[in-house]
Amino acid sequence: MLQSNGFLSQPKLSIGQKLIHFHWLFVILLILTASFGFIMLYSAAGGNLDPWASRQMVRFGIGIVGMIIVAMTDIRLWLRYAYAFYLIVLVLLVAVEVAGFVGMGAQRWISFGIFNVQPSELMKAALVLALARYFHGGSIEDVGRPMYLLVPAMMVGAPAILILRQPDLGTTLMLGLASLSMFFAAGVRMWKFVVLGVLGLISAPVAWFTLLRDYQKQRILTFLNPESDTLGSGYHIIQSKIALGSGGMFGKGFMMGTQSHLNFLPEKQTDFIFTMLAEELGLVGGLVLITLYTLLLVYGLAISMSSRNHFGRLVGMGVTVTFFLYIFINIAMVMGLIPVVGVPLPLVSYGGTAMLTILFGFGLLLNVHIHRDLTIGRRDSGDEM
Amino acid sequence: MHRDSERHKLFSRRALMLGAGQGALLSALVGRMYYLQVIESERYKTLADENRINFRLLPPPRGPITDRKGRSMADNQQNYRVVIIPEQAGDVERTLNMLSLIIPLSAGERRHIRREMKRKRAFVPITVRENLEWSEVARIEVNTSDLPGVLIDEGQSRHYTYGPETAHVLGYVASVSEKELTGDPLLELPGFRIGKAGVERVYDLALRGKGGSSQVEVNALGRMIRELARQEGQPGVEVKLTIDLNLQRYVMERLGDHSAAVVVMDVHSGEVVCLASTPSFDPNAFNTGLSQAEWESLVSNPKAPLTDKAIAGQYAPGSTFKMSVALAAMQKGAITADTHVFCNGKISLGNSEFHCWKRNGHGSVDLQTALEQSCDVFFYEAAKRTGIERISAMARRLGFGAPLGLDLPGEKPGLVPSNDWKKAAIGSSWQLGETLITGIGQGYILATPLQLAVMTARIANGGNMVKPRLTVDHVTEQGVTPFENVPDQTLGLSPEHLAQVRSGMERVVNSPYGTARRSKISKKDGPMAGKTGTVQVRRISKSERETGVVKNKDLPWKERDHAIFVGYAPLGNPRFSVSVVVEHGGGGSSTAAPIAKDVLKQAQRMIPAKPSPKNTET
Repeated sequence: MLQSNGFLSQPKLSIGQKLIHFHWLFVILLILTASFGFIMLYSAAGGNLDPWASRQMVRFGIGIVGMIIVAMTDIRLWLRYAYAFYLIVLVLLVAVEVAGFVGMGAQRWISFGIFNVQPSELMKAALVLALARYFHGGSIEDVGRPMYLLVPAMMVGAPAILILRQPDLGTTLMLGLASLSMFFAAGVRMWKFVVLGVLGLISAPVAWFTLLRDYQKQRILTFLNPESDTLGSGYHIIQSKIALGSGGMFGKGFMMGTQSHLNFLPEKQTDFIFTMLAEELGLVGGLVLITLYTLLLVYGLAISMSSRNHFGRLVGMGVTVTFFLYIFINIAMVMGLIPVVGVPLPLVSYGGTAMLTILFGFGLLLNVHIHRDLTIGRRDSGDEM
Repeated sequence: MHRDSERHKLFSRRALMLGAGQGALLSALVGRMYYLQVIESERYKTLADENRINFRLLPPPRGPITDRKGRSMADNQQNYRVVIIPEQAGDVERTLNMLSLIIPLSAGERRHIRREMKRKRAFVPITVRENLEWSEVARIEVNTSDLPGVLIDEGQSRHYTYGPETAHVLGYVASVSEKELTGDPLLELPGFRIGKAGVERVYDLALRGKGGSSQVEVNALGRMIRELARQEGQPGVEVKLTIDLNLQRYVMERLGDHSAAVVVMDVHSGEVVCLASTPSFDPNAFNTGLSQAEWESLVSNPKAPLTDKAIAGQYAPGSTFKMSVALAAMQKGAITADTHVFCNGKISLGNSEFHCWKRNGHGSVDLQTALEQSCDVFFYEAAKRTGIERISAMARRLGFGAPLGLDLPGEKPGLVPSNDWKKAAIGSSWQLGETLITGIGQGYILATPLQLAVMTARIANGGNMVKPRLTVDHVTEQGVTPFENVPDQTLGLSPEHLAQVRSGMERVVNSPYGTARRSKISKKDGPMAGKTGTVQVRRISKSERETGVVKNKDLPWKERDHAIFVGYAPLGNPRFSVSVVVEHGGGGSSTAAPIAKDVLKQAQRMIPAKPSPKNTET
């Protein structure tokens, strides 16, 4: 088995070999998707590269280079330092709690002088790596034991509670759902998820009264009945639906969205950019973007399934699911299917942090792709590479 | 490695399940998109249009008012006002504080704004201040980012070029009160004004015009982005008055500090060329709103500046009523041109004595002399012979006792007494003594200066029932149309009798014994005829009459006599009639006649006679 795998199964690959086997089609799809964002940001600024489109392009350019560098590194490096990375980000999260300044009504940022870091975004990648490493080291029997799941549950719970306290419901939700998917992919028994679901339903009222902040409750209540508050919290949802609906099949035309350009639509360049796209380019435009996303997801799934090492499979799955959650939560939110939780549309919404998280994740995914034929032992923690 | 392939298989199975789940969820999103963008699309398109399109009413420009020669008397001026929309302002108090740094707002203005806010819905703009200076507008515009919900509104405000000089004729415009709302959305526009008095009120609907509408695209803050469609309204009708602006201004100036009224009218057409009442007020002040103090000083002024005395002042006509008595007496045959009455200064009736103004009497006088020298005894006698009913009937034919229908609000009817009237109003029957008093235009009888001018015109024009009017054309909401040519309606008076009365009136001014001989107009300026009147406003007691009547100038203003004069000019072919009433002005001959003289002189000079049709043919 080992012999038949050719040079990719070699413990070490040269840079040239890596470049040849790089998933270039995936990169092209990424660029196409991000270009959608540039075009919409250009429109959002009223036909101007400033202030959004140009900066987004620069970020994307830097991000792509960073992504390729991450993809070229040895996968065992990430395996070895997975826990360390996780612990550092966890410490940063605590630091945000202590020293972070309040921005946008929530404590999310930590300042390093020249640049600001949002540890909750980093945690999305760090948790994927840490869980992947944990399950990489466990046998099927291990995964079957409930006690074995205690440690990864804590690995998820600690950052989730910290982020919920910031408060950032969207990120908490994504972290939790991405982790659940990884538990599921790792082979945790079905009935455990059923039990968890039941427990979740029971504890929801408790969470309502203890964990959720007033504005989060308000968002959920507004979601349930947006017309109750047409000029307050419900305004965003209603205006977003009007914008989408009035776009129709082919849209009002590029830069012709009345809802977006007359400012009825809030946050059109960030969280509600999909609405603007659908208003101006219609159902057709929206479907093209969703198709691009679907292709990326299919490739992501294929990459993770084709990896010959469990760590790579789990990392690939974690990244793909996280990417999916960004897409789903954002689009469902602007269409009024779920409450407004403040999750950007990946690669398209204006904003640096989410862009970097996603491209870092894709760097890991492409890394998995390059190292797909590398086998790593269950006890191997990447120390002797 | 066997173990790993087992793990791999499990992973792949689970991964495909996750993938399928993702696919299902994405399909749900696509389904939702289809629902919103295709099935429900029309509904949302309508909602989006409702969002972005606002209907705005375009207030029509108010019609201008001009004098008979087209000179502007009332027009519109560009005006900037600052309004606040509470809904957009959020914290209104904070915004007003910021605004106060640019235009200081008084506590009263703030109270007014708060009251308006309670009354109106949150998206209705509330006027904060009107008639802003350009520099204030600029400073507000520059600071708009700190003044949420504050907008500069450009509008037009009514302007009366000659202010007090035309105030009573034109009236004024002011804000619409709640009672005046008719459902016409124009009336609910902030800053919309409607006519509250004078011509502005009578022709308000015509002057107002019809509102247009404009569809504008607005952004989420309600600011206008562009206009999509526009339906022009119809500007207000231009109203051309019969007033001669220069004469009006001359008369107002001439009346000075008097509390007085002057009416000048064309004796043939009834066109009122001057309608003056003093003191006056500034109608422009009503536009911006009067302060409580300003309002109270206008209302409490004993000279009643807000009252148009020319149409709403009611005075005993005094000796100016003697023409009516003479015409009634001649018609009955109670007197003729040759009837002589001996005046020894008084006449007795029962236990009462009725005095002539001339203590020692006029001696034997006929009708013309009695008019010339205003002999009271002659008219006591004439009235006694004629009877009150015939005097009243004649008075009504000459225009007394009912509103004449001049197109101004507030015209008073005056009062022509009769037996029936007295029974109804006072409850006792008519006494002969009261007939005598009526014979010299005192007692119950009351007339407005307008009625006096009309009476004079009807005598001067040969007995045609001329009616006064104030507009050159017939004014309706649709526009102006020329008046139909109505043939002269005669009052059915004997030309002979009218000639007698006119001769008497000519002598009043032009004979060396006439009471108004000092107010004669020279031949080239168009000589006038007239009649003086001096009306007592207090009772002269017997003891005072014996010791000598107190002179007017020694009395308090309120107790002095009213001075009245009516007249017409020129003599041969009269064109204008005039009435002058000076409240507590003293004697008709000393105070009122000189004013009438100056006014008729100016009227003839300023308004040249229209050449007769024959002369215009060339």
